[in-house]
Amino acid sequence: MKVSLFITCISDIMFPNVGKNTVEILERLGCEVDFPTLQTCCGQPAYNSGYLEEAKGSMKQMIRAFKDAEYVVGPSGSCVGMIREYPHVFKGDSEWEKPAQELAAKTFELTQFIVDVLGVKDVGSTFKGKVTYHPSCHMTRILGVKDAPKILLQNVKGIEFVELPSGEDCCGFGGTFSVKKPEISAEMVKEKSRHVTETGAEYLVGGDMGCLMNIGGRMQREGKNVKVIHISEILNTHN
Amino acid sequence: MSLKLEDIPFEEGVQKGIENDFMRQAVSGAQGRFRAGRLKQAQELGNWEDWRKLGEEIRTHTVNHIDFYLHQLSEQVEKRGGHVYFAETAEEANSYIKQVIQTKNAKKIVKSKSMVTEEIGLNDALAETGTEVVESDLGEWILQLEGDHPSHIVTPALHKNKEQIRKTFAQKRGYTGSSEPEELAAFARKQLRSDFLQADVGITGCNFAIAESGTITLVTNEGNADMVWTVPDTLITVMGMERIVPTWEEMEVLVGLLTRSAVGQKLTSYITAYTGCREEDEIDGPNDYHLVIVDNGRSNALGTEFQAALHCIRCGSCINVCPVYRHIGGHAYNSVYPGPIGAVLTPVLDGYDDHKDLPYASSLCGACTEACPVRIPLHEMLVLHRQKIVENGDTPFAEKMMMKGVGMWGGSPFVYKMSTKLAHSALKPWTKDETIENGPGPLKAWTAVRNLAAPPKQSFRSWFENRKKDGEN
Repeated sequence: MKVSLFITCISDIMFPNVGKNTVEILERLGCEVDFPTLQTCCGQPAYNSGYLEEAKGSMKQMIRAFKDAEYVVGPSGSCVGMIREYPHVFKGDSEWEKPAQELAAKTFELTQFIVDVLGVKDVGSTFKGKVTYHPSCHMTRILGVKDAPKILLQNVKGIEFVELPSGEDCCGFGGTFSVKKPEISAEMVKEKSRHVTETGAEYLVGGDMGCLMNIGGRMQREGKNVKVIHISEILNTHN
Repeated sequence: MSLKLEDIPFEEGVQKGIENDFMRQAVSGAQGRFRAGRLKQAQELGNWEDWRKLGEEIRTHTVNHIDFYLHQLSEQVEKRGGHVYFAETAEEANSYIKQVIQTKNAKKIVKSKSMVTEEIGLNDALAETGTEVVESDLGEWILQLEGDHPSHIVTPALHKNKEQIRKTFAQKRGYTGSSEPEELAAFARKQLRSDFLQADVGITGCNFAIAESGTITLVTNEGNADMVWTVPDTLITVMGMERIVPTWEEMEVLVGLLTRSAVGQKLTSYITAYTGCREEDEIDGPNDYHLVIVDNGRSNALGTEFQAALHCIRCGSCINVCPVYRHIGGHAYNSVYPGPIGAVLTPVLDGYDDHKDLPYASSLCGACTEACPVRIPLHEMLVLHRQKIVENGDTPFAEKMMMKGVGMWGGSPFVYKMSTKLAHSALKPWTKDETIENGPGPLKAWTAVRNLAAPPKQSFRSWFENRKKDGEN
């Protein structure tokens, strides 16, 4: 199966390991992975800030970049969720609505793709450690992916999985929200850090680097000894 | 009439909320209970998503045909001897009500809980007439004694704990009992009983007005609305123009969604229903009845992308799941309507000038949209508000410039690729051990409370390119 990787701007620039792990997992599951280099950002920072025209520029570029892809897979519930919104954004646009629909229909979040499209529930990885999972808001509520990450995690050999209390609460990232309303965002991430600490987990895992960068940055600031990692790291570990 | 509560900057209200430990504890506890109750009720009822869709259909249909149903309602009310007054503005509503009060030469008015009367500032307007106004909802009564505002649309005194309430009762009404809720409620009940018996005029809000019969229905857990409509000789209903359903059948669906979503109850302890004036064979109810239907900006939403904001049935479930609300409390929104629905509705009714921060007081986590029993896409409507503010050119200059840059960056693979090459070096002066603890410019707000992982030397795309080359060699 041919898969085009949608890296997301945050992982491209800030967290390249997420991309490396994603490529290796997909290849191990038998996919042929290519990386369309014309891709940029999904447009969410501008879109969620109300800058529709600026966002559309990014979105059109993404539609062009993935025009020939069979499947588009990205390691982020939020960014994939944005692409799934493209048809809504371009509704009534005679030139862009149809290609937006085509892109949305073939784009999947990594765990969603593995479980729902490839039909794989165990990627065959081994990971020793106590792990909790933050179900990020856009992954669960916008994209509707609730079970796939947990199914994959629970089938990792050696893992000790614990539920995160009040997991459904937002971590306070919210993209530009974190710098536009920093006081509120700060209280939200402090609360999330408390909940993670309560679990006694050594690792906090999630499927969205924005949220993880926020929670991880806060926990590091608090001097907490919890490693915050993307789910692809666990799914690509064999120790 | 502004919906603003206080003349302070938004950030100041936020700070006051964040520093109020009592309030935050009270709100957090209540949110947990409400949320659990709602989920339990939804599960017990079964097919919750189908019920939500039905709720959405009913609200969409009703608001689409609101002129028809309002006409039908007013005909039915008049048939039962009532007077109907359509108020375009808060001022019109208040002056009509004042006129009724003055004609009756009323000394005392009892009210049951009503957010629309908060919205139009009715109590302040009535204070000018010299008539005593008594709030009879327990939460509202507590706030009235203190001169405070509701911080939640269903449980107005949510920000208070029982010890604070005991103190208020002691200071204002000579209460000497404990802070046990039962004892506090019994005291309030006794105090309010004499007010009910003395009142010349009753004023209620409205949860659902039933167009086919001209009936006003209300949900309460205290039964106070029953006292308000049965005892005084004159009765006034104040309703927002969208609080209407076609028939009892739709009311039955919506009231179940409302009570389950609001407080996790199948039904509230009391469902009050009254229609027009007392008939000859009836033993209670008003001899003089007035229905005041308030627009006050609601028409602004009709036919626009904000119309669904009028679908709201005021259950407060969006407020009960909102993490922003949990940390800052209701007063920080500085609007009669707080929380996600407040952030959506307030600018629709009252414009952006006084409320330009509200659409941004959300991380767009979507918990509100998920909880809404009539499926209002609340977080999407917040984005729509942001789009309007951008269209109006009312965002800060620095943000405009930055977003222009973001647009160019995302729209051009060349510019974007350059950024992947330059990010590491650009942030190097602030980087130590691959971490930024005190970032420049817009990163300052980020690093004030959390570290930022610095971009590594090699981007993903550069790694992938090298790997491909290695593979080909």
